[in-house]
Amino acid sequence: MASKKNIDLIKDPLWDNNPITVQVLGICSALAITAELKASIVMAVSVMFVLGVGNVIISLMKNMIPSSIRIIAQLVVVATLVIIVDLTLKAFMPDLAKTLSVFIGLIITNCIIMGRFEAFALDPNNTPLQSFMDGIGNAWGYGLILVIVGFFRELLGSGTLFGFPVLGDPVEKTGLYALGYENNGFMLLAPMALITVGLIIWVQRAKNKSLIETH
Amino acid sequence: MAKKTDSNLYTILFSIGMVIIVGSLLAGFASSTREMRENNDKVKAQIDILSSIGVDADRSNATQKFTENIKEQYVIEGTTATENPEAYLVDVKKEQAKAKKGETQRLPLFIAEKEGKKVYIIPVRGAGLWDAIWGYIALKDDLQTIDGVFFDHKGETPGLGANITQSFFTDDFKGEKIYDQKGNYAAVAVSKSNGDPSNNDKEDNEVDAIGGATITGNGVAAMLKSGIKVYLPYFETLKK
Repeated sequence: MASKKNIDLIKDPLWDNNPITVQVLGICSALAITAELKASIVMAVSVMFVLGVGNVIISLMKNMIPSSIRIIAQLVVVATLVIIVDLTLKAFMPDLAKTLSVFIGLIITNCIIMGRFEAFALDPNNTPLQSFMDGIGNAWGYGLILVIVGFFRELLGSGTLFGFPVLGDPVEKTGLYALGYENNGFMLLAPMALITVGLIIWVQRAKNKSLIETH
Repeated sequence: MAKKTDSNLYTILFSIGMVIIVGSLLAGFASSTREMRENNDKVKAQIDILSSIGVDADRSNATQKFTENIKEQYVIEGTTATENPEAYLVDVKKEQAKAKKGETQRLPLFIAEKEGKKVYIIPVRGAGLWDAIWGYIALKDDLQTIDGVFFDHKGETPGLGANITQSFFTDDFKGEKIYDQKGNYAAVAVSKSNGDPSNNDKEDNEVDAIGGATITGNGVAAMLKSGIKVYLPYFETLKK
């Protein structure tokens, strides 16, 4: 369970093999939902469930899936898990489901999930447990970037964190706004999310030269 | 050597099996949670209606507050209103589809009492940028001044279009009139450049738009215009 390989499966995707900044997967959802920190966190948790459980299911079924329809089979597994998450939230946490349903649906189109099914869970050398670790690890790395991007976008774009004003009141001009600071509405738009992800990639490559591709 | 899983027969059988298993799993899951989901939707409708007249309710006390505040519920067909204690369950989306086909639309109307005066609440529904938007409009007893509004959406962009639910936007509607100064029906427009960001002018039939949410704002304006209009024939009969 706690062998070095299993620990690496959880640890590596967090930074050195991060799905967003190194594998460049899941960028679309990282741009779409990171305008608010709360949405980023919930998206990360939902992806963790879908990727963890989905990887185990695919790993258990890998010898049964015909190779010609394996992508369809993977999609069916993702879609089923996503619908189950959505229905559970709607039944038991209706208020949370209301804010999240749009993001939950986006999980189906998340490249990381199909990417991990294809690259890891279907590999005959990997056990279901290792697939689970890999799923959790990658979702963790994905979530970390989402939270970083969501933090800066919400803070600089709306002046709030989790919806609470932290920089003062922009209407009453208190706090930082009294000094002439204005919220940067551009931070709330998708292009700024791309630039923020780009900056994270820059910082990461500057600190770890081995990540720089040479052509 | 070809594996047995690559044969056509196996592929077809696998697909059929997968569809049956997944289909029955999801159908079972959906039907076992249906009652809870429907109940949640009913309570949500009550909370939303109360929200348009400024009454805060949560899931635990919504039904009680709803019966306390909403004194009468009607379903209007043409210009006749029939009292109906479950008018809040009328599906506005289905009724709008009926109207498009040329059939008579059933219009729910809720009457609350606030400081001894009647407040008329009507549901509206329209399209935002990504998906449906809807809400409730509360009119004072002069049937032209907005007492309060509630808006909600299915999938507008967080931080932009999704802000139509926020009080900084909905509060602007309070006191706006649905007729212009000449007495013509105008509803309330969502304007990008009315030079009135704090919305002090209540006679211009305009509220200030949300930056970066032009299409959602236009959707709100269009929804109000068409949504209130269908009630005007009945309101005329009330004024007489």
